[in-house]
Amino acid sequence: MNIPANCLYTKEHEWVRLADGAAVIGVTDFAQGELGDVVFVQLPPLGSTVKQGDSFGTIEAVKAVADLYAPISGEILEVNSVLDGSPEVINREPYTDGWIVKIKPTSIETEKSNLMTPEQYKDFTSA
Amino acid sequence: MKRNILALQSEMDMIFELSRNGRSGYQVPPTSDQLPEFEIPQELRRNAAPRLPEVSENTTVRHYVNLSTRNHHIDKDFYPLGSCTMKYNPKVNDEMSALPGFAGLNPWQTGATAQGAMQLMYELSDALLEVTGMDDITLQPAAGAQGEFAALLMFRAYHQKNGNPRKRIIIPDSAHGTNPASIILAGYAVTQLPSDSNGLMDTEALKRALDEDVAGLMITNPNTLGLFESNISKIIDLVHEAGGLVYMDGANLNALMGISRPGDMGFDACHMNLHKTFSTPHGGGGPGSGPVAIKEKLTRFLPVPVLTKTKAEFAWDWDRPDSIGSVHSFYGNFGMHVRALAYIKSMGGDGLRAISENAIINANYLRKKLSPAYQVFVDKPCMHEVVLSGNLQKQKGVRTTDIAKRLLDFGIHPPTVYFPLIVPECLMIEPTESESRETLDEFVEVMMQIDREASESPDLLKQAPYTTPVRRLDEAGAARNLNIRFYDDIR
Amino acid sequence: MRYIPNTPDDRSAMLRDIGVSSFEDLLTAIPKDLRYQKPLNIAPGKSEWEVRREMEAMALKNQNAMSTPCFMGAGCYDHFVPSAVNALASRSEYATAYTPYQPEVAQGTLQVIYEFQTMISELFAMPAANASLYDGGNALSEAVSMACAHTKRRRVVWTEAVNPAYRRVARTNNVAHGVTFDTAPCANGCQSNEDIAMLLSEDVAAVVLQYPNFYGVVDDLKKLIERIHTAGALAIVVSDPMAMGVLAPPGRFGADIVVGEGQSLGNFMSYGGPYLGLFACTMELVRLMPGRIVGVTKDLDRKRGFVLTLQTREQHIRRDKATSNVCTNQGLIATRATFYLSLVGPQGLRDIGNACGRRAAYLISKLRDVPGFGFPHSGPHFREFLLRVPGKAEEFFDHMAAHGVLAGVPLVRLGLADERGLLVALTETRTLEDMDLYVSLAQKYVAEGKR
Repeated sequence: MNIPANCLYTKEHEWVRLADGAAVIGVTDFAQGELGDVVFVQLPPLGSTVKQGDSFGTIEAVKAVADLYAPISGEILEVNSVLDGSPEVINREPYTDGWIVKIKPTSIETEKSNLMTPEQYKDFTSA
Repeated sequence: MKRNILALQSEMDMIFELSRNGRSGYQVPPTSDQLPEFEIPQELRRNAAPRLPEVSENTTVRHYVNLSTRNHHIDKDFYPLGSCTMKYNPKVNDEMSALPGFAGLNPWQTGATAQGAMQLMYELSDALLEVTGMDDITLQPAAGAQGEFAALLMFRAYHQKNGNPRKRIIIPDSAHGTNPASIILAGYAVTQLPSDSNGLMDTEALKRALDEDVAGLMITNPNTLGLFESNISKIIDLVHEAGGLVYMDGANLNALMGISRPGDMGFDACHMNLHKTFSTPHGGGGPGSGPVAIKEKLTRFLPVPVLTKTKAEFAWDWDRPDSIGSVHSFYGNFGMHVRALAYIKSMGGDGLRAISENAIINANYLRKKLSPAYQVFVDKPCMHEVVLSGNLQKQKGVRTTDIAKRLLDFGIHPPTVYFPLIVPECLMIEPTESESRETLDEFVEVMMQIDREASESPDLLKQAPYTTPVRRLDEAGAARNLNIRFYDDIR
Repeated sequence: MRYIPNTPDDRSAMLRDIGVSSFEDLLTAIPKDLRYQKPLNIAPGKSEWEVRREMEAMALKNQNAMSTPCFMGAGCYDHFVPSAVNALASRSEYATAYTPYQPEVAQGTLQVIYEFQTMISELFAMPAANASLYDGGNALSEAVSMACAHTKRRRVVWTEAVNPAYRRVARTNNVAHGVTFDTAPCANGCQSNEDIAMLLSEDVAAVVLQYPNFYGVVDDLKKLIERIHTAGALAIVVSDPMAMGVLAPPGRFGADIVVGEGQSLGNFMSYGGPYLGLFACTMELVRLMPGRIVGVTKDLDRKRGFVLTLQTREQHIRRDKATSNVCTNQGLIATRATFYLSLVGPQGLRDIGNACGRRAAYLISKLRDVPGFGFPHSGPHFREFLLRVPGKAEEFFDHMAAHGVLAGVPLVRLGLADERGLLVALTETRTLEDMDLYVSLAQKYVAEGKR
């Protein structure tokens, strides 16, 4: 199972990667494997704000649906419009083309401690 | 060429593809020339006709007869779908519901013109009250889920009358999905409790969850693992002591008739599925019927209208100020009421008990015969259904869904799969009393064969079925590229 | 025990195989005090002949539309049901199948539903239709929930000309969620912008109209829906599928959700059920749509097939996050409607619509000449109209019933205050003789000084 070293992780199986002051967020390889074929992703409106741990959308497979929880707080800068027509990209490339939202973090420094490192996430998923 | 040597596997046209201008399968009754024209302003007139098919009667009949052969159904073969009680649907019941004196009644007929219909509903009510041991009943809910919802509204009204509607309803984690959905719709929050190691309600967890915010408990008995909740009296006492009410999901009533009654157990309300326990046809997914029986303390909250009987006549009572309102436009699925009463008359009190006895024996017989190859989730005597896990087969690389699909090749409908959620690789088998010992033996043989195939040729199972009108379907594709009607445009 | 194959000998052998000595040994999980020791107090099982005789005796006590002319409607109509509908729907393949959980062996049911969805979309000119709901009232109820979920608002406005029975169901099903309802009056039986506008505000989730309305009047929806949309509310239209051969469909006027009762489409009146809740909406709302939906896909061999789709909306997956607890459709009733619409076709539907409208116009014109009878509403009527009878409508109904005519629905039976009001419906099955009999009995009612 793929757990990139440059991300932080949540217990709900989201990943977050910091780049140029923005945070890119998606679901992990483990999550897409559990869900199966992703058929729909409900995305939040641009400009809306999310709080760490809040649901900001849903991800649907054929016979499962899961809430998406914000790994950190911030403002939605961008959503991945590719998911509208090709949600299956999450199954193929969960960490790259299958990213879900970009947000502008507001309190990343204090919130980081609530997230898991790749090593911790690896232990968490194999437990 | 569309046709295939295996005709059943040819791709079927849609009725719209058979349409040709000017064809018709209908002739309207004549209208006398003396009658005025139907005058309607131009802007309210339909210009572009709806694109209904234009086909003759015989084309319609052939199309839908051919389509029908692509269904599995209870008159064809074994259908052990757990929790659904796929029993035989007696033919006389359908004929009775089609009698002009029932089928030709407008629901707003009351008083003298519909006494027979009301008598029928009254007789059915009486019989259902006897089976459940309850005090009062409404036949209005059109399905089990609606029965649940109606009962929860009565719970709410009851608590409201006592000053506080309360906030939460408790369910076990083995509950049907409709339970939590109904709870939310009735304005309550869901508290889900884990089952204990025997698959039963955990009374200690229940104690901890109970407080003055709890409006009630919903529980299926026998539960979705096919097990009777042995502590049910204690469970009900605990909830009552906390001021809550207790609801029995009656999906599994086929195990209890003449054997044990929800009313005697202490339940305040329960629904029955006439389309399960009382043999009304499932119709490809409906219509069902989900009457709710209640204890006297809830009578004042029953949906309106309430059927009443005086010496002289039956009548509908609308004047019920504490009623929750109505959950159906009329009195429920009357056509199902007719069938259910015909069934009860055919079976009689002794016959209803015999149904449950035979249903229980059949399930235990399968439990015993399948246990050499399949893991029985709780290996104790079960009630009317037995729950297996496909864990052993999973170790061979075969999932429960593969077992289910392989059964289709043998002409058998698979059991309910992946429910209850607490059982890994779940197979929930409800044979019902309708099946003979020989049918059960055949099913066991097939299941054993599939287990052998799982060891010897797992890939065979992963591609199954092979003999059905279509093979495995791309469900993800259907959800991603939504196509839910024949025409692309709107006219 | 004609429905139970196993004999006492089979039972004994099976119990032996199970490894118990008696049936009671299988019941050890049931505490002794909960085991029912008596026989059920229900008469012993009867032969099929006896059952038929008892059931037929009850049926004969009812006056019914197949032996007496029926002018009753108010949500349930005596349209003709072609024999082919009964023949096809009585096939075990449709009647005794369950929900299509295993699509490989349910293509019959699934394709029928897909065809049904297409037909309902066509009738109402709406982009998406589901596999059906319990009945018209429940379809309205689900539309209200959907509108509230979509707009995040909690107030709904409807007009007096929306069937009171449907309104009662929608209210019952939605009050626990905190939805409130306001009723716009309908002067002269028409739904008007003036009356609705008074109740519109920014907290209104939806406005519910009926088309043709409860009194059979055909209102112009265009302006009404435009006004509703300016307030940011959704337009829910309760519509009659039988009128869709002659009337412009609600989708043309911008309706967001169209619901209706489909009983008329090949189903008997059957004392109120089982009926057929129709539900259609815009694509924008489709992910909030309640109930089952069938979609097209391909199988492993790339052959066309049908499956239940968008299942993540449904209770068995979403559980306590579901927006509806519906877990079935009215399968066999929707199936009957599909057969019916296939037989009737576009021309048949237009013919039936015209036949209803012409009959209503005829009976109105004849009753106008009978002293004491009045018509509070003008405007075009489809199939149904409100009649004011001399004296109480219930007494007039009894008089007519005694002469073998079911004269209409007294409004008081729907809980309305109008004691003189009688809702009269005419389908294509009412003959000229039926209507003339109606008029002569009405004349007799007046002449005999009953009023």
